[in-house]
Amino acid sequence: MSLTINGQSYEFDGDPRTSLLDYLRDGCGLTGTKKGCDHGQCGACTVLVNGQRVNSCLTLAIMQDGHAVTTIEGIGTLEAMDPLQAAFVKHDGYQCGYCTPGQICSAKAMMAEAENGWASFVTDDLEGEVVLTDEEIRERMSGNLCRCGAYSNIIDAIKEAMTQQQEAR
Amino acid sequence: MRPFQYLRPDGLDHAGQQLIDGARPIAGGTNLLDLMKLEVETPDQLVDLNQLPLGGIDETDAGGLRIGALVSNSACAADPRIRRDYPVLARAILAGATFQLRNMATTGGNLCQRTRCYYFYNIDQPCNKREPGSGCGAIGGENRIHAILGASDACIATYPGDMAVALAALDATVQTETLKGGTRTVPVREFHRLPGDTPEKDNVLEDGEVIIGVVLPPPVSGKQLYRKVRDRSSYAFALVSIAAIVRMEGEAIGSASLAFGGLAHKPWHDPRIDALLAGQLPSDALFDQAADLLLEGAEGQGSNDFKIPLARRTLLAVLREATGGAA
Repeated sequence: MSLTINGQSYEFDGDPRTSLLDYLRDGCGLTGTKKGCDHGQCGACTVLVNGQRVNSCLTLAIMQDGHAVTTIEGIGTLEAMDPLQAAFVKHDGYQCGYCTPGQICSAKAMMAEAENGWASFVTDDLEGEVVLTDEEIRERMSGNLCRCGAYSNIIDAIKEAMTQQQEAR
Repeated sequence: MRPFQYLRPDGLDHAGQQLIDGARPIAGGTNLLDLMKLEVETPDQLVDLNQLPLGGIDETDAGGLRIGALVSNSACAADPRIRRDYPVLARAILAGATFQLRNMATTGGNLCQRTRCYYFYNIDQPCNKREPGSGCGAIGGENRIHAILGASDACIATYPGDMAVALAALDATVQTETLKGGTRTVPVREFHRLPGDTPEKDNVLEDGEVIIGVVLPPPVSGKQLYRKVRDRSSYAFALVSIAAIVRMEGEAIGSASLAFGGLAHKPWHDPRIDALLAGQLPSDALFDQAADLLLEGAEGQGSNDFKIPLARRTLLAVLREATGGAA
């Protein structure tokens, strides 16, 4: 079974019980993705599969046949940070940093979802244009917990990255 | 997690054959894998349905929509036709879980998600649903999230989902492929069961039967609402939820279709409520009568007694909003 992780090809032939999360960390050495609750409740393990954010703890590696996975290592590097990463640094969008890779993967996907017009629970008009207000960001990021409670700075960081993205157009 | 054999069927027939006793189908896996980690579910075989051609949302000859069993909750809620013509369904899906989970969770899998009863989840506790005959820890125990309608001496668990509540209000139909090779259709309102003395069975699926899609009837006019009352404002299961489709005719209610979540072992639909409301002028007195019907046999278990007045107040608020009054 083969899959792509951050643009590189990988072969998986391990125990079928292996979650995608454990495979990334233990099988591929990609320890940027974090294990928090291991039950889909905290979002620390969020990665992108075929561009969509998922909890990597709640899917099996063996189910990813042919899929393209992006982890925090594929989003940016120390030398070339993604605008979201730079904004998290600037705004102190973390304290301990454990939830941060999941927050950033999640925020990355959230921006794409909004561009595609996906509504959320708090969107008034299901068919209207999506504007990522603070309320929308809170609702859309509710699958990513921050035990340190850096939420207000996380929102500031996401808003700055969104503004930069809009200005870059 | 206990070891299992991982299987990929070549087709639907093959999937049915692989789904023998002790095997479980997997699609999104968000509920099943969680339960397998806790050893609540211990399948010998896992049958991965994801390669089967069960995707897509297509228009039906009758003018409705057919949602493939593998369509993700996200894709379903984002579909322009569903947002326009079935907003109650989009709203209900968006009220559940998180974006991460909805990206994985499927239409068929969501229908089959299992209760969040604490005793079902804890293998050190008695639970007739998990282990028939072991007893029910929730009766006389912790039962804040449990049923007030349709419960039994064996089980007071609730069906936890939101999507199916909207599908019940819409009177949608579940399509399945049976082991014998035929297609079966079951109204969503009859898909989930009451616990009775066999709470281990959540729904009417038979061995080897696979959900292949959900069919929505043609769109109806009127106001569609989904109201969910929960312990926190995002990412929590419903204590009480209501899906409502209400069409006004002048000053009067032309027709109403209501379904309720969080109250029972299944999405609750009481046709007497829809019949009571049809043709009547909206008033709080009428809405109270509707609540009387809903709660006629309601029984609290102690910690969940609050759900009885909560269901009444939520119903009044929904009906006021749906009929144009103040919510």
